[in-house]
Amino acid sequence: MNDTLLQATAISKYFHDPQTIQILKEVSFSLERGEFASIIGKSGCGKSTLLYILSTMDTDYEGGLKIDGREMKGRSEQELANVRNEKIGFVFQFHYLLNEFSVLRNVMLPGLKLGKISAQEVEHRAMEKLKILGIADEALKNPNQLSGGQKQRVAIARALINNPVIIMGDEPTGNLDKKNTEIVFDIFKELAESYHQTLLVVTHDNAFAERTHRIITMEDGMILPPGRPK
Amino acid sequence: MSLKLIIEIARSLLLARWRQTLVAAIGVTFSITMFIALLSFMGGLNKLLDGLVVNRTPHIRLYSDVEAAKHQPIELSPEFSGYHHFISSVKPVSKSPAIHNALPVMKALENDPQVLGVSPRVSTQVFYNIGATQLNGLVSGIDVLLENRLFSFSDYVTEGRFVDLKNTPNSILLGKGVAVKMLAHIGDVIHITTVTGEQFPLKVAGIYQTGLQQVDDEQSYVSVATAQKIIGASNNYITDIEVKLKDITRAPALAATYRQRFDVDAIDIQTANSEFETGNFIRTLISYSVGVTLLIVAGFGIYNILNMMIYEKLDTIAILKAVGFSGRDVNGIFNAIALSIGLFGGVFGLLLGYGLSAVIAHIPFNTTALPTIKTYPIDFNPRFYLIGGVFSMVTTYLAGYFPSRKASRVDPVIIIRGK
Repeated sequence: MNDTLLQATAISKYFHDPQTIQILKEVSFSLERGEFASIIGKSGCGKSTLLYILSTMDTDYEGGLKIDGREMKGRSEQELANVRNEKIGFVFQFHYLLNEFSVLRNVMLPGLKLGKISAQEVEHRAMEKLKILGIADEALKNPNQLSGGQKQRVAIARALINNPVIIMGDEPTGNLDKKNTEIVFDIFKELAESYHQTLLVVTHDNAFAERTHRIITMEDGMILPPGRPK
Repeated sequence: MSLKLIIEIARSLLLARWRQTLVAAIGVTFSITMFIALLSFMGGLNKLLDGLVVNRTPHIRLYSDVEAAKHQPIELSPEFSGYHHFISSVKPVSKSPAIHNALPVMKALENDPQVLGVSPRVSTQVFYNIGATQLNGLVSGIDVLLENRLFSFSDYVTEGRFVDLKNTPNSILLGKGVAVKMLAHIGDVIHITTVTGEQFPLKVAGIYQTGLQQVDDEQSYVSVATAQKIIGASNNYITDIEVKLKDITRAPALAATYRQRFDVDAIDIQTANSEFETGNFIRTLISYSVGVTLLIVAGFGIYNILNMMIYEKLDTIAILKAVGFSGRDVNGIFNAIALSIGLFGGVFGLLLGYGLSAVIAHIPFNTTALPTIKTYPIDFNPRFYLIGGVFSMVTTYLAGYFPSRKASRVDPVIIIRGK
């Protein structure tokens, strides 16, 4: 596969509080379709900051960003929201499920927002995703009735609902025990290998990172040259 | 952007905090209830007072006033036209208080398409004789049936029947105050002294009470023929012509026209009773400002609750934005929350307001001044409900505007990374 999905060109970012610090220094890299990549680095090296820029949520940066062949810089908040809705799936360290809705509703929400298919179809698709992740039995429960691992799996199901071109994870296993970490990793691996899902995961769990297809190492706001073969 | 989805999310957020929602909605309900009750009551009161004066007052009254001639003879002389005239001790000419050519004038007025009805009146000063004492009074000769039709006079007759005034010759309808002073009852014969000094016996046919003390203490009514007999005048002697119009607002303009056309004095109701207009206006103004104040206070309640809800729901807002809801969607969600509080609070407020007005309308209200009023007056005007409903929506929208805007501007990165 030689199909660039995500292209970052010379991305720089500054924090101005309490004093101006350059947190990202002209970061450039690209991600091929179907790649399962991880970004590692020490705390404060800018890896999460980079991820939030790539996710289009953070728009305060310099440089260029192309997702699926379209330039993201300079687009309106509304357009970026639509990009996130349609093309990007998110998994955070905390599950961020909405307790006001059932598990199923949580998974369906981005699909309903996209509105390309009917509510019944969204529901059907959400049940499928929950089945793949082995939590179909919990569909009608409230999120706060689930265990941490289950919640994270629901969050993954939610990320998958619109069949996004890329899944981004910010320490998706950072809050889980070993067993659940293993489960989440296996899900990611299966998504990458069986479904050719592109994944980009920020982690500081080196063991996790080593089992991904590509490791991007960051230090002091820069990407280190790849010193390790795939 | 799917409106249905936004409403569904808004509903879920509302139900998750239903107690707060209820408090906010009760605030709106309470203020709308009071708004409706207050305006209905004030409206009823205004109508009552209107009825007290305006319904009983002719829209235009034609009469012949005693006044000095507008043009003195010297002004007509061409010889002195360029001069300034000093004339001292000008006096009005002796002139009958009756309207000149009254009967043809009435005929002409009756044929005017803008006129609802015309009623003649023959008024004269009299003294009521109580033994050796004499009381100042005013007797008006009226066309009994016409007067009742145009000015619903029978509403004010507390004792006896109004038509008896027409059926019994030489009868009189006494004011309540006069009757009490004279110790007169129905069927009694009283004596009055006319301005020319003649005594005249009249039989009491009934007693009326308008609620205006000054009127009830002086004024009495007889038929036109009786009045003409008291004065000793012929049947074309009429002192006032009372005109009721189809459209009361035309009164000032028509009064001016009649003044010209019939060469009489004419006064319209607006000029004669301007203080009532002012009173009505001030009362309405006060009730609207109190009502609006109540709504604004309720609006601040909604503002507070929405602000608190946004702080509690920062995570929710952040995640909604992360999964692709735009700022406009979030804004829509919180606006929907505010408007549904306004809508439900408002609808219940209107219903309760109607209920409260209905209750007030059944509370007994007996006052000797207003014999026909038995309960508190309420005006069930649909306009109040319309204004209340619109206002509840507008206030809640405004109260939700700034919190919603704040919610739409929440930066998801800060919330998510802040954990």
